[in-house]
Amino acid sequence: MSSTDLDTFRAETRAWLEANCPTEMRDGVRNEETICWGGRNWEFISDAQRDWLNVMAAKGWTVPTWPVEYGGAGMDRAHDKILSEELVRLKARLPLQSFGIWMLGPALLAFGSHEQKLQYLPPIARGEVRWCQGYSEPGAGSDLASVQTKADSDGDDYIVNGQKVWTSYADKADCIFALVRTDRDAKKHLGISFLLIDMDSKGVSTKPIRLISGSSPFCETFFDDVRVPKANVVGMEHRGWDVAKHLLTHEREMISGGGAGLLGSRALGAILEEQGGEMDASTRAEALVCEVDALAIGLTLERYKDQAEAGGGVGDASAMLKYQGTELNKRRHELLMSAGGTEALTWDGTHGGLAADWLRTKANSIEGGTSEVMLSIVSRRILGLPG
Amino acid sequence: MSEDETMLQDAARGFLDGAAPVSHLRGLRDAGKTLDAKLWADMAAMGWTGVLVPEDAGGSDMGHAAAGILANEMGKTLVTSPFLSTAVIAATALRQVASDRATAALAQIAEGKVIYALAVDEGHKHAPENTQLQAVADGNGFRLTGSKGFVVDGSNADRLLVLAQSDTGLTLFDVPADRDGITRTASAMIDARDAASVDFADVQATGDDVVGTVGDAMTVLRPALEAGQAALAAEMAGLAAGAFEMTVAYLKERKQFGIEIGRFQALQHRAAHLWCESEVTASAVRNAGRMLDEDADNATMAVSLAKARATSTAKLAVIEGVQMHGGIGMTDAFDMGFFMKRGRVAAEWLGDYGYHAERVAAARGF
Repeated sequence: MSSTDLDTFRAETRAWLEANCPTEMRDGVRNEETICWGGRNWEFISDAQRDWLNVMAAKGWTVPTWPVEYGGAGMDRAHDKILSEELVRLKARLPLQSFGIWMLGPALLAFGSHEQKLQYLPPIARGEVRWCQGYSEPGAGSDLASVQTKADSDGDDYIVNGQKVWTSYADKADCIFALVRTDRDAKKHLGISFLLIDMDSKGVSTKPIRLISGSSPFCETFFDDVRVPKANVVGMEHRGWDVAKHLLTHEREMISGGGAGLLGSRALGAILEEQGGEMDASTRAEALVCEVDALAIGLTLERYKDQAEAGGGVGDASAMLKYQGTELNKRRHELLMSAGGTEALTWDGTHGGLAADWLRTKANSIEGGTSEVMLSIVSRRILGLPG
Repeated sequence: MSEDETMLQDAARGFLDGAAPVSHLRGLRDAGKTLDAKLWADMAAMGWTGVLVPEDAGGSDMGHAAAGILANEMGKTLVTSPFLSTAVIAATALRQVASDRATAALAQIAEGKVIYALAVDEGHKHAPENTQLQAVADGNGFRLTGSKGFVVDGSNADRLLVLAQSDTGLTLFDVPADRDGITRTASAMIDARDAASVDFADVQATGDDVVGTVGDAMTVLRPALEAGQAALAAEMAGLAAGAFEMTVAYLKERKQFGIEIGRFQALQHRAAHLWCESEVTASAVRNAGRMLDEDADNATMAVSLAKARATSTAKLAVIEGVQMHGGIGMTDAFDMGFFMKRGRVAAEWLGDYGYHAERVAAARGF
């Protein structure tokens, strides 16, 4: 592929986005309120949000790198990068974000049957079905593989009983991808299956958990004699841990991206100055280091994405990306709070949301594997230190 | 990395493991020397000294990313040579100039027949713009008077690139190191490598000795400094990797309380953190080389990002290296101290962490 092809693609993409992205979707706002999650019960905040999703989905550009037959545009990394850059250039909101795109999709592409891909991927790409993730359980935090939720065989179905916790947006999701124990006699990593469950099934219930940030993005999810077809297992029965691990690498990449001041984004120092006026010496010094680290971590995310496309994937190094990205994000938000001073201490006001965001970032280094678990993964699997 | 880059890296490692392991630096130090002429000649024969010399001047012109790969491998075993001063900094300065004299000088660099040193700083921190050394107009030429400190490779150099203040602004001169009026005093450096103080007393320089334009040193010097900073960052990333490799190996073999110390989570997590830091720094280092090759006019932020990150990662690697080795890490008989001392010198050379972090901040608008 020549650079001329890429230049042509960039020009065409820019022209198409100019012509098709609704003006209201070009304000550069990418916060919780403006996210389009999609789903059966999704209420668009505006006609523009609906139109933007529809035109992008029709081109396969909500999931540009997925194959065309599964709702994507079959793009390679070079084209995908250009599309992202042009979206940033236009200050366009993302047409759709979801756990289906970030986590389930990549896992299905790697482990799903052709039929499963055809059944589940296009609705994710079009924003018609919203997924949530059922991994953690009460009593099983970092030790994820000690799954107790059980799925007992009953003909062509399983009967699922148990409880999940920290299920993000379970109360708003249409379906859940869950780890369930299908073989109670096998070793703990070997008796797990990766199961797709419709949240409308009889016996599924959810209860939001109020967090220190005041919001309730996480839920407890209960399964009480829930009947699920065995055809909903992704990958091999009892070997769901392989799928789970693969998905975790994508989840970790997703979480790590939050803090990295990617090259297109605004400088932390500029935001701090705007927010708090003149910075004191110690805050400024911290902001400098944070900026240096953010840029370098951003480059690292790009480097690993390139490497993943070149083959082999990111693998265990996703633990490094997750650790670096989330710890950085916490540092950035500490600085933002510090610069905001007393004005950042209220739930409302000009800096409303700052405190909630700051508190939310504290979960980054816990969810998807704690920083300590990430360091243990690096230590054992990459450095080969004895376990 | 591309296939060519991997081949260059493998070839460099293979050669340096034989010709210049850490014991080579130790041997030079114990003999009171700072230069191995044979090693420098071998580097020239392999095309390394001409890595940034244009092909029509006899160079291999492999580019800054390639120079970074070589510097990175050198850093892993603390290879001592004037590679950065001559093959990276001087070559980049001279290739900015279209003159027969510059082309001839570049050819000499490619052949390994000349060693250059950059005489730029005068105070205890890198600050080219604070140059006080005077270039006073005298007939068709100049007379140079003043002092330079921390002139890396200054004792071994055949020629000096000297930054001076003339009445129209900063001017860069290329003069033989033994010209009348130049006095060089070798410093006893902690890293056992060559640096000197150089005094200039009424040193004559002709108009031909000016590199580039009078009063406009930075057009030539800025690319040269950035090339040096990027390559030095690569060397420091290599230094961190070399120290880290020793440390991880030690964690696996050293037993205390009946088990390998690498089984202690307190040490595992610190080692893992260091690896994570090294990976992030490696990205910044590669990016700097790539930017210098592809878009040199806009590479300032990328270069400073690399030097800042490499400085902090190398510091962490040697501090952890000594601490995790315990008492043996403090002994001269063990190599870790060499890494620590070279890391400290490299941290200061061509701008320290704060210098480069400020340049990143300026580029980012605060």
